[in-house]
Amino acid sequence: MLDITKQSLSELVENIKNKKLSSSEATKAFVERSEKSKELNAYITEDYANALNKAKTFDEKPNLDLKLPGIPMAVKDLFCTKDLRTTAGSKILNNFVPTYESTVTQNIWNEGAILMGKLNCDEFAMGSSNETSFFGNVQNPIDKNLVPGGSSGGSSSAVAAQLTPITIGTDTGGSIRQPASFTGTVGLKPTYGSCSRYGIVAFASSLDQAGPMAQNVKDCALLQEVISTYDEKDSTSIDFKRNEYSKELTKDIKGKKIGIPKEYRVDGMPKEIEDLWKKGIEYAKDCGAEIIDISLPHTNYALPTYYIVAPAEASSNLARYDGVKYGFRAEGENLIDMYEKTRSEGFGAEVQRRIMIGTYVLSSGYYDAYYLKAQKVRKLIKNDFDDAYKKVDAILTPSTPSSAFKIGEKTNDPVSMYLNDIFTVPVNLAGLPGISIPAGHDAKGYPLGLQIIGKAFDEQNILNIAYAMEEKINFKNNINDWWIK
Amino acid sequence: MSIDLKTIKHISKLSRISVDEKKAEKLAGDLNSIFEFIEKLNELKTDNVEPLTSVAETTLKLRSDEVKSKNLREQVIKNSPKENEDYFVVPKVIE
Repeated sequence: MLDITKQSLSELVENIKNKKLSSSEATKAFVERSEKSKELNAYITEDYANALNKAKTFDEKPNLDLKLPGIPMAVKDLFCTKDLRTTAGSKILNNFVPTYESTVTQNIWNEGAILMGKLNCDEFAMGSSNETSFFGNVQNPIDKNLVPGGSSGGSSSAVAAQLTPITIGTDTGGSIRQPASFTGTVGLKPTYGSCSRYGIVAFASSLDQAGPMAQNVKDCALLQEVISTYDEKDSTSIDFKRNEYSKELTKDIKGKKIGIPKEYRVDGMPKEIEDLWKKGIEYAKDCGAEIIDISLPHTNYALPTYYIVAPAEASSNLARYDGVKYGFRAEGENLIDMYEKTRSEGFGAEVQRRIMIGTYVLSSGYYDAYYLKAQKVRKLIKNDFDDAYKKVDAILTPSTPSSAFKIGEKTNDPVSMYLNDIFTVPVNLAGLPGISIPAGHDAKGYPLGLQIIGKAFDEQNILNIAYAMEEKINFKNNINDWWIK
Repeated sequence: MSIDLKTIKHISKLSRISVDEKKAEKLAGDLNSIFEFIEKLNELKTDNVEPLTSVAETTLKLRSDEVKSKNLREQVIKNSPKENEDYFVVPKVIE
């Protein structure tokens, strides 16, 4: 049998179901590889001993009807895991041990998977490079000096390096798709309301969604099938008929209409990205899809809108970190002084910056000029997509305006960091599903991704398109295990 | 538009985040470049546009108003940085 950690999720599931592999063998292999991979800094909290015990228990009485039977899995440290520290990459939650489990992770354990540990991420998911984490930056397995993307940077690094067969991230403005693109992996941001937000550390509640990050589209479909459930504990969870995404997966996308939005040809976009996009269009045609030029006229306004809406919601969500109920506390002379010191010492620079932006745009006298204006433009952006979907079934764009950049390259210029999310942010603002698939390499050999955006609740369709294109693209990641001594 | 140090101090007070002079200057620089970028929205006329309130056009589900969990006292207090028996402890607020 192939080296255990080289197997995809689907292969592992099949081998466990056919009793060619035990959960203990699989878990041991991924734990050992994770232990040898500390240099990547993909984990914040390891839970290996418990994982091995749980695998042993599973093997004693294996339930092979489950969708993820005895599969070891590490998850982004933004999901509350009962009795296991959950930090959101922040000093302020350094010692936080949840007393309850997030719905999405509970769904995963219910299908037989086993938690190995918690993966690094930008602090409160605010970042595009994993460099805002209190627990240090993460390295991209593609190249030592590259960021793995963010905010789900520990997740993308761990999947690409095969420390975990699959994982989940969260995506508020691109935090699943951009790191997937930077590491040559697949990442799906589901429709808003598809996956429960219960038990996920909140960043911007009208934008946050959990989603799978995988080595291939089939694995991604299987995990999406597991995590997407209606949940009455999240009032924005939507009760719609969910497909059995992995079972219904098909490469037959003949006659599907795929839109190419002209506004995504942004100024200064590298030729490599333009070429990748053209190649993607050819692949889609080869699969039998019909290509249609479309317009999303307000694309250029998406990032400025996002940088009002997301910080506004963040400033409100993060008001709960006051040093009283949970988390870090700095002592002060009085209550106000304690609050101010706690938040000043507990939050990192990017989080403070966003809280301040959010507080400002919501403050008296500025609310109409900024927040209300942004919500109106957000409506225009959503209308653009609604109009486009009268003509097409899905939209094809690049995932990011560049390949992975160097660690430290953009840390001093917040705006240039924000520009990374130019192709992903509109999708969150409109609440749509989007998937990034690896589609090629740039001249330096770094992976590049293509994004397929779907109609709301139409995950099956974009998974199918991704599945068909994946076969044509036949992408191979160049990873040489440089970090293993 | 320009955000001055006085405004930074005001926002920091509203945000309950203390800032010293050095941090305030850095923040003013960062926020000004971010708002310069945000100002792009002013190019658009939006007088007759309804603001978006929710991406999903569904009505919220109702449920019966009943208690579903009980005896969470211990769990609620468990992660408190400072507690005394069943209470959160904070600096004195009433003289």
